[in-house]
Amino acid sequence: MSAPTTTARPVPAQDRPRGRGRVRTPVLYTVASLGLLVMSAPFLWMALSAFKTRRDLTASPPVWIPSEWTLSNFTALLDQLDMERYFLNSLIVAVLVTLCNLLFCSMLGYALAKLEFTGRSKVFGVVLAALMVPGNLLILPLYVLMTKLGLIDTYAGLVLPFAAGAFGVFLMRQFMQSIPDELLEAARIDGAGEWYIFCRIVLPLVKPALATLTIFTFLGSWNNFVWPLIATNDPDKYTLPVALATFANDPNRTVGGGNGMLMAGSLLVVLPVLLVFVVLQRHFTQGIATAGLK
Amino acid sequence: MPLLTKAAADPAAPVTKTGPDGPPGDGRRPRRPLGRHNLHGWLFSTPFLVLFAVFMAFPIVATLLMSFTDFGARHVTRPLEAEFVGLENYTKLFEDDRFLKALFNTAYFVVVGVPLTVLLGLLVAILLNNGIDRARTFFRVGFYAPVVTAVVAVAVVWRFVLDPSDGLIAGLAAELGMTAPDFLGSETWAMPSLIAMAVWRNLGTVMVLFIAGLQAIPADVREAARLDGAGAWQEMRRITVPLLRPTMLYATVITTIGYLNVFEEPFVMTQGGPSDATLTVSLDMYREGFNFFHMGYASAMAYVLFVVIMGITVLQLRLLKDNTR
Repeated sequence: MSAPTTTARPVPAQDRPRGRGRVRTPVLYTVASLGLLVMSAPFLWMALSAFKTRRDLTASPPVWIPSEWTLSNFTALLDQLDMERYFLNSLIVAVLVTLCNLLFCSMLGYALAKLEFTGRSKVFGVVLAALMVPGNLLILPLYVLMTKLGLIDTYAGLVLPFAAGAFGVFLMRQFMQSIPDELLEAARIDGAGEWYIFCRIVLPLVKPALATLTIFTFLGSWNNFVWPLIATNDPDKYTLPVALATFANDPNRTVGGGNGMLMAGSLLVVLPVLLVFVVLQRHFTQGIATAGLK
Repeated sequence: MPLLTKAAADPAAPVTKTGPDGPPGDGRRPRRPLGRHNLHGWLFSTPFLVLFAVFMAFPIVATLLMSFTDFGARHVTRPLEAEFVGLENYTKLFEDDRFLKALFNTAYFVVVGVPLTVLLGLLVAILLNNGIDRARTFFRVGFYAPVVTAVVAVAVVWRFVLDPSDGLIAGLAAELGMTAPDFLGSETWAMPSLIAMAVWRNLGTVMVLFIAGLQAIPADVREAARLDGAGAWQEMRRITVPLLRPTMLYATVITTIGYLNVFEEPFVMTQGGPSDATLTVSLDMYREGFNFFHMGYASAMAYVLFVVIMGITVLQLRLLKDNTR
């Protein structure tokens, strides 16, 4: 999956039967390109429609490229919805969730990988069980709990249930197991405390894992919908997906021009994520493969 | 499960030096108390365990308890006043036509959606792994991109793509002289439309898993097969597919669990309609719980769904695993 295999791959002489490859390759590329076109069509349609005038939006047959580019969908959206606030809410929640996960998951990951203590395998069993609990099983009493604690419509209410994900613990433990014990023992002999060892020796060694965890947690929080939908009543505390869904389902929304505004809104939610993904795509595929193949 | 046994076996593995006076070569000594870190082990576990206890363990138990009560809107602020009603919520559930419909719809979504997602993911993975050398990363990024986007945002986009008057598909059909159905407004087409979108969005996850699985197949196994005269089809049937079984199992299980919980797609695209044709169990539960505040009843739904999920997962693990032996 690394770059060298894609570019410097030697001539696939024995990689596939001779003769057939020449005929097959163009066909395969055509199939793959068509597939890619279908996959990206909704994104292209969204991105282009966000800049269309009302006339282009309702044109039949559909126009792909706007005959006249306009920003009016964006200005109308920002006029009607407090998008800056929703953006900020999503950002604050995602940053807090990510920071909490980086700290708590690597702490437990370290304990599970490198500290021998009574009950360790039980704690690991808890982590594995937590991986499998569906959110549906939690949200009803969580809503009651958050109401009792006065945390509905607060950032704390949005962050706390996601502050330490089991996936993160699992990931950090996997990576930390490869740290040589000798290194840690040497530090202990030199009189270093466990917290010092954790912060100064272990964390710098697992930076790639921390990067992967950052990406996945941030994204999960940015895209999260169900809990923010339940835990916010005050529109000032909506995150982007909640605001977008509420706007999309609002029966009072003007029908004709609404689609342009909705595409502009979707673009604002999706674009930052897609950009980050394209830049950091290697971390994604590696993270999934690590989690998938144990 | 192998993970558990691995963790239990772990303490034997690391060779620790026993201290400054111990000779540094003869590592495998009986462990001294120095090697144990009970205090720190638990201190480092505390934040996770506290959060787990409050926001996961407690709600799991609370949902179960609530499912045996008449928990309603007024109990949100006074939970202890909810009255015990025994199994009433559960018996009511199975006489509730709407819930049975939701169960059926969820099953429809899973039974059609999961095989489509897994098979298409496998095809794309084989195509991108074996047929495509140039611009490989480009293709992979393209097929994976929908996975990273917010379901809500892409559901809004798909709703517009499928729109009967201004949508992309309706327009393309009109150009070909055909009339596209009102996808999301028709009881027949609404569910297939949601499935199409789910397949589109989740294909990438399955693809990445399969590409990793394909690359884990050693090249000499393939070479040996070729030397023995295996053709492309035989190689696929006898080598690739059997060796991909563990990946297939994992991909099927996680896709099934995800699809059984489907919520955002119907919430944004159809609100469960038309006439409950796309009402899923999660959406039904959300409505009962947070629109009507029948929280005891909704809790029973959550548990029924959970039992179904566990049952199906165990079944899949059994069925797909035994075949490898």
